[in-house]
Amino acid sequence: MASVIDRREAIRRVTALLGGIAFVGGTGLLEASERLHPRAAVTRRGVGRFTAQDVALLDEVADTILPETKTPGAKAAQTGAFMALMVTDTYTDRNQEVFRDGMQKLNAASFMTSTPAQRLASLEQLDREQKAYMDARRGNDTPPHFFRMMKELALLGYFTSEIGCTQAQRYVEAPGGFEPCVPYTPGERAWAGHA
Amino acid sequence: MPAPSYDAIVVGSGISGGWAAKELTEKGLTVLLLERGKNIEHITDYLNATKGPWEYAHRGRHTRAMELAYPVLKRDYPLNETNLDWWVSDQESPYTEIKRFDWFRGYHVGGRSLMWGRQSYRWSDFDFEANAKEGIAVDWPIRYADISPWYDYVERHAGISGSREGMPQLPDGQFQPAMPLNCGEELIAGRLKPQFGGRRRIIPGRTANLTQPLPGRSPCMYRNACWLGCPYGGYFSTQSSTLPAAVATGRLTLKPFAIVTEVLYDRDKKRATGVRVLDAVTNQTTDYTAKVVFLCASTLNSTWLLLRSATDVWPGGLGSSSEALGHNLMDHHFRVGASGRLEEPGLDDKYYSGRRPTGFYIPRYRNLFGDKREYLRGFGYQGSASRQGWSRAVAELGIGGAFKDAMAQPGAWTIGATAFGEMLPNHANRVSIDPSKKDKWGLPVLAIDCATGENERLMRKDMMNDMAETLEAAGVKQVRTYDNECFPGMGIHEMGTARMGRDRKTSVLNAHNQVWDAPNVFVTDGSCMVSTACPNPSLTYMALTARAADFAVAELKRHNL
Repeated sequence: MASVIDRREAIRRVTALLGGIAFVGGTGLLEASERLHPRAAVTRRGVGRFTAQDVALLDEVADTILPETKTPGAKAAQTGAFMALMVTDTYTDRNQEVFRDGMQKLNAASFMTSTPAQRLASLEQLDREQKAYMDARRGNDTPPHFFRMMKELALLGYFTSEIGCTQAQRYVEAPGGFEPCVPYTPGERAWAGHA
Repeated sequence: MPAPSYDAIVVGSGISGGWAAKELTEKGLTVLLLERGKNIEHITDYLNATKGPWEYAHRGRHTRAMELAYPVLKRDYPLNETNLDWWVSDQESPYTEIKRFDWFRGYHVGGRSLMWGRQSYRWSDFDFEANAKEGIAVDWPIRYADISPWYDYVERHAGISGSREGMPQLPDGQFQPAMPLNCGEELIAGRLKPQFGGRRRIIPGRTANLTQPLPGRSPCMYRNACWLGCPYGGYFSTQSSTLPAAVATGRLTLKPFAIVTEVLYDRDKKRATGVRVLDAVTNQTTDYTAKVVFLCASTLNSTWLLLRSATDVWPGGLGSSSEALGHNLMDHHFRVGASGRLEEPGLDDKYYSGRRPTGFYIPRYRNLFGDKREYLRGFGYQGSASRQGWSRAVAELGIGGAFKDAMAQPGAWTIGATAFGEMLPNHANRVSIDPSKKDKWGLPVLAIDCATGENERLMRKDMMNDMAETLEAAGVKQVRTYDNECFPGMGIHEMGTARMGRDRKTSVLNAHNQVWDAPNVFVTDGSCMVSTACPNPSLTYMALTARAADFAVAELKRHNL
C-alpha cells in the first residue's frame, strides 16, 4: 500500500493536474443539439447576435449596477460579453426577444451618451419597476422583466468571474480546514464558492 | 480460444462493485472487474477538479443545447457544465417511462461513487424489523446484529466522519471525528434540545469525507467540490478507496467498456458459468468464465441483466422463478421541507471558514418510541445553516457601488432542511424489458412503472410541517415551507427489484445475497433491498457486499459453490 500522502505531496499532485487541464464534454453527444442551438461565436465583432456595440452597452449597464469601488467593477470583469453569451446559449427564444427589446429601450433613452449620474438614475428607476413587476408576477406564463434579466446576469457574471471571486470576494480553492465559528467584522468580504 | 477464466467476476465498479473487487481479491481470488463505461483514473482524470467558476463558459450552468441532448438529466441538478461527462446520455442509453422515473446514472469506472452525496448512516432494527412487524412485503432475512460487524469493517476502510450520539434508530459506528456544526447550527441545536421531549435532534452529518488521513488518502481539504473528483482522495470513491486496495493484491483485472449482456447459466449444474460481454467500442462478444459472479451494476442495471439471463430455463430471466424479480422498485422521496432566518443578536459577528462538504442531520423520530402517525415509517432531515452569498442580490432592490460592496459581504444567517422519507415496497412498482426499444448497443431497454402512494403522500405533510414547527420552536424567523414535487428516481437512491428474503417463492436472493436459483451468483447493490428505511443507503450496500464476499469465499472453500 502507498504511504499516507502529506499535504505537500497532495499539493504537488494538484499542481501537476493544473498543468494538464483538458477540455471535457466534447464527446459528440451534444453536436446534433448544438446545430439547433448553436453556441454563441465569440469574436472581436461581438458575441452571437450581439454586436460589439451591444456588448459595450451591456458592459456599461453591468458597470452601473456593479461599478468600480475599492475593487474592480463589472466592465473590468468583461461582464457584458458574458451576458450576451448566456442570453444566446441559455435563454428561450421568447426571453431573448424580451432581453433585446430591453436593450432597444436603453438605446432609445440614449443610455450610452448619458452621464454616470443619469445612468444611475435611469437604472434605479428600472430597478424599482422590475422589482414591483417581479414581486407581483405569478408563474412563468409571462416573461420576466428585462431589467431583472440584466441584473441577474450582471450579478452572476461578475460574482463568478475571477475578479468577482478573488477580489470582490475571497476565494480559496483548497481551504485545508474548516472553522465552524470565527469572529466577523462588518466589511469583511464573503467566501466565494468552488465551481 | 478457451474463455478467459477467473475465480470471480464482478459486474460494475461503483460503490458495491468496488467493495466486491477489494474483498474477493484480498481473500485470494483472481477477479475480473467489468465496467460498461470508460476508465477514469484517480486524480489524473479529474480534469475539472481545481477549476474556478470563471473557467467554465457558462459558469457551470447548462445551455439549451444541453437540455435538448439530455432530456432526462435536465429534470434536476445533474445537468451542469462541471461534470457532464460523468452522467449517462439519455440518447445512448434510453429507457421507457410507463410513469415518470428520473434515472440518473454514471457509466464509468467508479460509477456514482465519484458523484455521490457521501452521507453515510447505519440502519437499525427499527428498519430491518419493520416489514415483519407491519405485515408489509416480506421480512428482511437479516437483522442489525448480522450486519453490524460489517458496518464496523467498511466504515474503518471507507473513512466515515461523524459523532457518537447513542441513538438506537441511528446506531453509532467506527467514526473519524465529526465535521462540526457551525455557530448558527450549534445555536439551533441547543435551542432544540429541551423541545419535543428531546426527540428532534440536530447532529453533524455523517459523511464519507476524511477528517483524518488513511493510507494513500489525505483528510478533506474543505473545497466542497467532491463531485468533480478529489485530487486528495478526501472522500470515499472506488478510485480513492477500494480499487487501489484490489489492485495492490495483484489479482485484479479491470476491464472498462465491457457491457455484460447476460449471465451464462448451466441448467444441469444449476450454477452460473460466467458472463457474456459485449465490447462497447468494437461490439465484439466474449464469454468469460468464473466460479462466482457478483452483480453490482446498480439497482436497475443488475435486475435488467437478470431479466436477460437464463431465459432458456426461465423466460422471465434468472431469479424469475420467484414472483419478486423486477418488482418493488423504491426510492427515497424528498424535495420537501422548510427554511428561515436566524435573526439573533451577536450572530452577525460570526462567520465560518472553509467549505464543509456536509451539513446537519435530524434522525428519524416519527413512529418511534411511542409516537404514532397516520402513515407508516418515517423520515430524516438533511440541512445546514449559512450566511447568504451574493445571489441574494438578485431579488433585492439596489444599484451602484454601495450595493455592490454590501453584496460582496456575507448576508443574513439562514437555516433550512430537506426531509428524506421512506417509500414503502409495492409489488405494482416494477421494471420489465421493453422489446420495442433498443439502446445504442442493440439491447432491449428497461421499462419502468413506478409511483409513490398514499403512505408517502401522508408522510409528506409531516415532512413539510414538522420542519417549520421545529425551526419556529428553535426561534427561527420568517419560516417558509416548500414541497417541490418529487418523482421516483430523483433521490438517486433507487432500491429493490431483486430483493432478499427468507422464502425462494417471494424473494430473488437469500440472506447472503445469493440468487436462490444460482447460488454462485450474488447481487449486492441496491436491488437486494427489501425496504428503503429513511437514511441514505450506500453504507448498507458496502456492508452487505463485504459480508456476501466473505460468505462466498468461505462457501468456495467448502466446495459449496
